Amino acid sequence: MSAPSKSSPLKMYFSIWVALLVGTYVTYRVASIDLQPFNAAIALTIATIKATLVALFFMHVKGASEKLTKLVVIAALFFLALLLGLTMSDYATRLWS
Amino acid sequence: MPDSFAAGFSQDAHTEAHNPALLHHFAQPQQQRDAASLGMWVFLATEVMFFGGMFCAYLIYRLWYFGDFAAASKTLNAGLGATNTAVLICSSLTVVLAVWAAQTARRTLLIASLILTMILGLAFLGIKSIEYKDKFEEHHVPGASFSFDREPIPGHPGQYANPRHAQIFFSLYFIMTGLHALHMIIGLGIFLWLLIMAWQGRFTPEYHTPVEIGGLYWHFVDIIWIYLFPLLYLIDRHP
Repeated sequence: MSAPSKSSPLKMYFSIWVALLVGTYVTYRVASIDLQPFNAAIALTIATIKATLVALFFMHVKGASEKLTKLVVIAALFFLALLLGLTMSDYATRLWS
Repeated sequence: MPDSFAAGFSQDAHTEAHNPALLHHFAQPQQQRDAASLGMWVFLATEVMFFGGMFCAYLIYRLWYFGDFAAASKTLNAGLGATNTAVLICSSLTVVLAVWAAQTARRTLLIASLILTMILGLAFLGIKSIEYKDKFEEHHVPGASFSFDREPIPGHPGQYANPRHAQIFFSLYFIMTGLHALHMIIGLGIFLWLLIMAWQGRFTPEYHTPVEIGGLYWHFVDIIWIYLFPLLYLIDRHP
């Protein structure tokens, strides 16, 4: 978890902060436009981009010295995908028969 | 043979012995830091599954009762929700500044960032309590006095939401935001402890692991809210 570069990372931290605030504003504004199913898709895409930015740069997953950290992150996402994916594949296909 | 082995071993131990923060069962400070950070990440993985179950329940009911969920979501104050998202994002910045200040031995910035983080955390909880108060006054809290009569379903003129289905939305809303708020309160406790440690000058560029892993926790709670905001407040907002 050591700092990857010698130069000050402050500029990067503030750019990520601005990007996160812009993402929040865009999410809020886009919600008032009627895009049918794309409203949810856009909102979740922006949320995922924001979460990725926080994890990579604020939580230092990018440049982590310990590879195990990345493994734990990937494992958590994998099991979350199993939980949501398998459950939803059941509920979404119940009306097929 | 055992003598030289022991001598080499004690010499190794001696070179690291000057660091008072290094626990005896770790070889180097770096190893100790990585172990602590890995422990926090494993805890956060369990938290992903913990919140994941609730997100899963939300998804199922949202698919079944989309119109009722949209009608119920529309009664939430999206402006306050967006403000709270911005408040949490600002607190994540101050957390990252605190970690950087600890790494670079800037004591004043460290203490200021920790205090700012706590103020922003309290602001979040304050805004949340205003929202809860409104929901109580509107009788939108699930239970005996719950009432959700003649609330129109967005995009379907003349149709009204089923109060039973809306009540499921509000149950999920209060459980998810309530557990998130509980995480915020625990986070405030952690940051109070970090503040006391920082005040006592316990953190150095060599040893500031508590700031780092406390920060990981805070950022995680921020990420949960990043998903809660659009899922709960912005289901079907357009006029």
